[in-house]
Amino acid sequence: MAEKILMKGNEAIAYGAIRCGADGYFGYPITPQSEVMETLMEQKPWETTGMVVLQAESETSSINMVYGGASTGKKVMTSSSSLGISLMAEGLSYLAGAELPCVVVNVMRGGPGLGTIQPSQADYFQAVKGGGHGDYKMIVLAPASAQDMYDYVGLGFDLAFKYRIPAMILSDGVIGQMMEKVEMGEMKPRRTAEQVKAECPWALTGKTPERDRNLITSLALDPNVQERVNIKLQAKYKEIQENEVRYATYLAEDAEYLFVAYGSMSRICEAAVDQAREAGYKVGLLRPITLFPFPEKQIKDMIPQLKGILTVEMSAGQMVEDVRLAVEGRIPVEFYGRMGGIIPSPDEVLDAFVKFFKK
Amino acid sequence: MKEELIIAGFGGQGVLSMGKILAYSGIMQDKEVTWMPSYGPEMRGGTANVTVILSDKKIGSPILAKYDTAIILNQQSMDKFENSVKPGGLLIYDPNGITRHPQRKDINICSIDAAEESARMGNLKAFNMIVLGAFLKKKPVVSMESVVAGLKKSLPERHHHLIPMNEDAIHVGMDKVVDINVL
Repeated sequence: MAEKILMKGNEAIAYGAIRCGADGYFGYPITPQSEVMETLMEQKPWETTGMVVLQAESETSSINMVYGGASTGKKVMTSSSSLGISLMAEGLSYLAGAELPCVVVNVMRGGPGLGTIQPSQADYFQAVKGGGHGDYKMIVLAPASAQDMYDYVGLGFDLAFKYRIPAMILSDGVIGQMMEKVEMGEMKPRRTAEQVKAECPWALTGKTPERDRNLITSLALDPNVQERVNIKLQAKYKEIQENEVRYATYLAEDAEYLFVAYGSMSRICEAAVDQAREAGYKVGLLRPITLFPFPEKQIKDMIPQLKGILTVEMSAGQMVEDVRLAVEGRIPVEFYGRMGGIIPSPDEVLDAFVKFFKK
Repeated sequence: MKEELIIAGFGGQGVLSMGKILAYSGIMQDKEVTWMPSYGPEMRGGTANVTVILSDKKIGSPILAKYDTAIILNQQSMDKFENSVKPGGLLIYDPNGITRHPQRKDINICSIDAAEESARMGNLKAFNMIVLGAFLKKKPVVSMESVVAGLKKSLPERHHHLIPMNEDAIHVGMDKVVDINVL
């Protein structure tokens, strides 16, 4: 068995990138995720795997370097926090429009604006509903531990290349800053130029006499062409919705009430479930691992056994909208959240549950 | 077994590294661990704290409102965390700089004069290991062997020659911890 190492979630992102065979990281420092690039710089993967690590002059620059690298079929990524991701929004829309695979990590902090450096989950809408312009989606993975941070880099790249889509790892300051033990998987080599050509026939790898030139663009001035692009994108998003939903449950089998929470809040809700069970309430937890695609069907399927759902987020209530869409008014869906960098404790979550459902 | 503790004091006292060594010692005994630091404005104002959880089972929330043990190393942290110790729990503090001593009667309270003992050892950097020793005397949640293995893991190799000094400091803490309130 591999050695278990104590590390921060942010460090786990860096090791996950090197060890899954990433070709490049482009980033700009920002709390609470600066350890991602710090760890990469300390590890110097350019001396071992040949992975490029570059500090760009801004977030805008980082995301456009990602666009360039991804166009050539390379496994490239960036990371930032909330306001930095806002600066990348234009690039994300272009990446989605040009159908380019990449991994983008958002270690969320409180907003809006410059906000605070403390943890938050207020970028759910930005990640899942857009952020950039146009009818586009990204695959969004929500890690709840340092181990998830490590694992989801490789998973993110796999899904991104499978569907030619940007994959976002939507984390927060708790998961980024917390240290836990991480078991590092097998070291995967970077793909060779031949492998890239074989696996990414769309990529800009140099025209050969045997094939037409490849074109990477998000521009189609003819509305008939642009509509076809959109129809193709929507078909892809539907396929992802059907095939790639991931979620986890805790004590949900006999639950009469369900907490729905993702990322760090799912950990806090897990403790709140234990407290609720001790107090005699049959509560369980559903943790969406993919926020897009959202486990809509899985929530719907549980409705017959449930009397109510409490969604818990570090926001004013964002994911709760998707829970309500899944439930379609058939049972009460309540919301509890804290904002601006405040982390609710398990006791607070239990109190909210009692207030909503047991009084 | 599950131990939920908070270590709180000034930046520079070795609060975060003490937590890290404890967490690594837990890993050496195959326990589940979480280490959650304060990294926000409070830290930038001079105070630092870390929540460490050691458990035989998978750990849910890394953030807590109540603790089995609070290790308190300045007055601000005493004001903030004295009431966060679970009834029957443990509060350990260094009286140096404390103007209002803990008042609670429903918890075990110990003091460790780590500032003075580290000065006596001629090594102010031994401070946090003396405090750790006091804690391990009261709650031997990890073995001395695991702590040494944990030190090896969390210190860079160039500092490994300091491990015997750290061990000594832990023993000093174990010897010098004083009971203030015993349930």
